Amino acid sequence: MRIELLFWRECPSYPEAQQLLEDVLAEHDIADPVSVREVTTLEEAQELAFPGSPTIRIDGRDIDPAGAAEPPGLTCRIYYLPDGRVSPVPSREQLEEALA
Amino acid sequence: MSIALGTEVPQFDLPGVDGRNHTLSEYGDADVLVLVQSCNHCPYVMAWEDRLNAISSDYADRGVRVVAINSNDVVSHPGDSLEEMTKRASAKGFTFDYVFDEPQAIARALGSERTPEVFLYDRDRRLAYHGAIDDNRDDAAVTQQYLRDALDAVLSGEEPAISETPAVGCTVKWK
Repeated sequence: MRIELLFWRECPSYPEAQQLLEDVLAEHDIADPVSVREVTTLEEAQELAFPGSPTIRIDGRDIDPAGAAEPPGLTCRIYYLPDGRVSPVPSREQLEEALA
Repeated sequence: MSIALGTEVPQFDLPGVDGRNHTLSEYGDADVLVLVQSCNHCPYVMAWEDRLNAISSDYADRGVRVVAINSNDVVSHPGDSLEEMTKRASAKGFTFDYVFDEPQAIARALGSERTPEVFLYDRDRRLAYHGAIDDNRDDAAVTQQYLRDALDAVLSGEEPAISETPAVGCTVKWK
C-alpha cells in the first residue's frame, strides 16, 4: 500500500493529521511506511494537484475525493466531519474508510 | 512580533459586509471592544465562528462589541474577498461586524499572525487579552473559555487571569 501525506508548513494541522494517520495505521496493523512530503510553492502545489494541507492519499487516491477537486493551492484544507462540522484534519472514519 | 498587553487599539476605517464603513470611533460607547483577525477560507475560523457568534450575542447587552477583520490577500485567496465575506456573513447570520482590511494596515498594526486571533480592548482601549477564543477547535473538548473569562474579568474591572494565549489557526495571507 502506498501512503502519502502532503503538507504545507504554514497550516498547523499537519502534525495532528500525521499522528491520526499513524494511529489508524497501527490500529489496523498496517506497517507500510508513510511518505511525507512538504509542499512549499504554488508551482509545486499545481504539479502535485495539492488542494491544501493536509492531503492524504492511499495508493494515489485522496481520502476525501470531494475535497481533492478543489483548485491546487497553498492553503489549509477543509474537511467535513460526519456531524457536518468543519475540521482542518480528516476524521478517523474518513481514514478508516480509505484504508478498507 | 507579538503585541504587548496595554497597547492602545489602532484607528481604523474599513468597509463592512453591511455596505458601510466602520470606524473605531463608532464603538466609543462600548465598555469592551473585541477585534478578531479573521477570514472566510480558514477551517480554524470556520470551526470557531459559531462560538464567536454566540459570544458576540451573549455579551451584546453587557456593552461588548465584536468586530471581525479580514486582511487576507484576495489574489492568493479569492474566497476572502469582500463579496465572499458578505455572502458568508449572511449565510451564517453573524451577530458581529465583519470588515475588510484590504491594505492590511490593521493586521500590521495589530501584529496579527493567525486567523482567528483575538484582541480584547478595555474601556480605555488598551489591550487586555490577546490570543485564542478558547482552548480547543473542537467545541466538545473545550476546557478553558479564554475569551469569555477575559470578558467577564474586564467587565468586572479586573485583569484577566489568563491574558495571553497562543492563537491557533491559519496564517494571515500577506500580499
